[in-house]
Amino acid sequence: MAVTEKQLKEGKPEGAPLSTGPGTGKRVLRVLSDNAILAALIAIVLLIAAYDMWKGEGTFLSLSTLRNVLIHNSTRVIVAMGAAFAILTAGADLSAGRMVGIAAVLSASMLQAPDYLRLFYPNLPQLPLFLPILAAIAACAAFGFINGWVIAQFGVAPFIATLGSYAAIYGINSKYFNMEPNSSQPIGGLRADFTGLGTGAIGSGLFSLPYIVLIAAAVAVFMWVLMNKTPFGKNVYAIGGNVNAAKVSGINVYWTIIIMYSIAGSLYGLAGVLEAGRTGGATNNYGNMYELDAIASCVVGGVSVTGGIGTIPGIVVGVLIFGVINYGLTFINVDPYWQQIIKGVIIVAAVSFDVRKYVAKK
Amino acid sequence: MSPNGFLLEMRNVSKEFPGVRALDDVTLQVRSGTVHALMGENGAGKSTLMKCLFGLYWPDSGEIVLEGKPVKITEPKVALGHGISMIHQELHPIPHRSVMENIWLGRFPLRKIGPLPFVDHRAMYRATEALFKDLGISIDPATRLGNLSVSKIQSVEIAKAVSYSSKVIVMDEPTSSLTENEVDHLFRIIRDLKGRGVAIIYISHKMEEILKISDEVTIMRDGKRVTTSPASELTEDLIIRHMVGRDLTHRFPERHNEPGEVVLKVEGLTSPAAKSFRNVSFELRRGEILGIGGLVGAQRTELVEALFGMRAVTAGTVKLRGEDALVETPARAKKLGMALLTEDRRGSGIFPALSVLENSLIADLRRYVHFMLIDDRARRAAGSRMVERLRVKTPSLATLMRDLSGGNQQKVLLARWLLTEPDILLLDEPTRGIDVGAKFEIYTIITELAKQGKSIVMISSEMPELLGMSDRIMVMCEGRVSGFLEGKSASQEEIMRLAAQFM
Repeated sequence: MAVTEKQLKEGKPEGAPLSTGPGTGKRVLRVLSDNAILAALIAIVLLIAAYDMWKGEGTFLSLSTLRNVLIHNSTRVIVAMGAAFAILTAGADLSAGRMVGIAAVLSASMLQAPDYLRLFYPNLPQLPLFLPILAAIAACAAFGFINGWVIAQFGVAPFIATLGSYAAIYGINSKYFNMEPNSSQPIGGLRADFTGLGTGAIGSGLFSLPYIVLIAAAVAVFMWVLMNKTPFGKNVYAIGGNVNAAKVSGINVYWTIIIMYSIAGSLYGLAGVLEAGRTGGATNNYGNMYELDAIASCVVGGVSVTGGIGTIPGIVVGVLIFGVINYGLTFINVDPYWQQIIKGVIIVAAVSFDVRKYVAKK
Repeated sequence: MSPNGFLLEMRNVSKEFPGVRALDDVTLQVRSGTVHALMGENGAGKSTLMKCLFGLYWPDSGEIVLEGKPVKITEPKVALGHGISMIHQELHPIPHRSVMENIWLGRFPLRKIGPLPFVDHRAMYRATEALFKDLGISIDPATRLGNLSVSKIQSVEIAKAVSYSSKVIVMDEPTSSLTENEVDHLFRIIRDLKGRGVAIIYISHKMEEILKISDEVTIMRDGKRVTTSPASELTEDLIIRHMVGRDLTHRFPERHNEPGEVVLKVEGLTSPAAKSFRNVSFELRRGEILGIGGLVGAQRTELVEALFGMRAVTAGTVKLRGEDALVETPARAKKLGMALLTEDRRGSGIFPALSVLENSLIADLRRYVHFMLIDDRARRAAGSRMVERLRVKTPSLATLMRDLSGGNQQKVLLARWLLTEPDILLLDEPTRGIDVGAKFEIYTIITELAKQGKSIVMISSEMPELLGMSDRIMVMCEGRVSGFLEGKSASQEEIMRLAAQFM
């Protein structure tokens, strides 16, 4: 992240203790580069808020903004968690978005209210809520398993293996979506208990806790534990850091990779289900390009594309940076094309900053 | 030509790496139209000297004089410009491209169409053809390089060197993978080059070859030049004496281990690869340190990697306490109580971006799992215990591995394997690239382990290390076992002779 002097000062409240002892400058710099992503997020928030106070209504810094950003980015956090596996092992999972799409369509097709006009399965009985959800997640886990198997068994580069499943899964999804009587019509009229999962909350009003945010938080905690507290997580970092050393250490690289992609698939599946629930519908184009957003978030969040480096909190912050930019720039009426340009610059700047950190250490 | 008759002189060259004086005031003088052999044990400084000549290393002091004029060689491109080229021990060609593209890489003949430059393939083909004809090489310039045999690829490399109108060509172990006929062809090309006034610096371990092809021989030892003399005045015995004739300057800890019963029995182990180890048999006792000696390319690494399940085996048996222990994966080898410290510390040992703690426990995480989660306190305790025991110098357990010195990294890797509580440790060049002080500490650890009853196989290319540490020494040459020696009574000359037995 390109941290300017200004951002540096604005990032201060969070971390950098500006004591006046000797070597203060160095210490500030170190704290800042250790927490650069967080500092950047705060800087971006403050910049947008400052502009909003100057030119707009001054309502950007509010609880409702926080709620909206969190709700809109919950599924993205989950997708980014899955995508992080591939990046941590120096690969890239391009099939993420298409898995989100197929999970959305699968779950929505089986969870329509019976009185809706255009039913995907006109004669389907009322299923328990968890069944279609589990089916959708299981399907994506299976696709993930295939991804991992192809990569581990045949040594296909992850980028290529998942490029293949990206195309194939979209095809499968579209075939399913086009079945009679649905014939590629958007699936709507979802059951209230299902949409409640995406839009409901514990409590009510501004201080309520949306389910979808809780689920994303739970996934993040689960992932943190998995990556930091289990042999599996340690092995993933090891494979990403030096696959040969991992093999010599007796790590089962083959199964670690397969399990890794299967978990990633399940997470995409969960995200797809929640997307359908949140938006109250699904089409075969759901999740399109999510994989690129996820990769961008991971990279900005400090996951190194050369593998072996990256943290779960970093990824969450990475997603939030883009979330805040999307929401904030729209809030202060920045032209959407400009938003794209700003995002692009942030991605490249973040990675060059990250790379520089490691080059300097050699 | 220089006034004193030398085409190339490297005068008083010194080069120091952290903890090692790799070159100490070395002078090398080469006449045009001659083959000058450079000899010495592994690590004597031959390759370092040549890397200084080729601009891959910058010498700390000394000068390089070409045709009487001092030159400063900052990078390989400058060396090539001065007419110095090098044929590396491991060739680095681009196998997927054609022979001619490999030769003219970086200086393709161009043909302009309008303002745009295009590669002139026809001109390139003709130039290559002419070059090959001149050298008596019969290869189609358009062939994909990867389709050629190793010796033909080497001919291509030599042709490439000639095409730079080189005055000096360095050949580093050029015959290590050639058959006898191919060596003859290489020698014909070398004689032809000599006739044109080219000087050839020829690095090899093979004494017979050296005496046959070279005019002068420089022998190095411990980064110093021992002697330069005409080949006609040397014999194999004399060369060996110059190469190894040193006092044992390294110190080794006293050993109190007593080899017990046989634990590992290897019989007739053979690799499917043509040039790899074959028919290897040996026994390893409890509490024994078995050294494996040999030259680079003797297939010692391949042998221990096969024992550890990293390489295929076509024939032979491995018995661990009478049970079949021929394994197919490192995971299985680990389960049977084996550990392998690999030769390539960077490539297959360390996780540079992970902490010391993670590095030391990665091979044995399951031991610390309670209810599916890792018990961090137990892990930390084990890690710090081992770090203390091996006296790893690190600011903390959280320090990243890449910030540690080579010797300390090696200790962390030893810790990794000791934490798996192995019975058999396979150590591949355990002290390579480590400074003298850390070496002694690693020796101490190894002898302590042997005393505790662990069995140790130690590959080493350093003779004093083999002699100072081993109960027995197994010497290999070109994939075969050429003999066993008792550690106490063996001499460097004996090892050297066995190491070159089948060449």
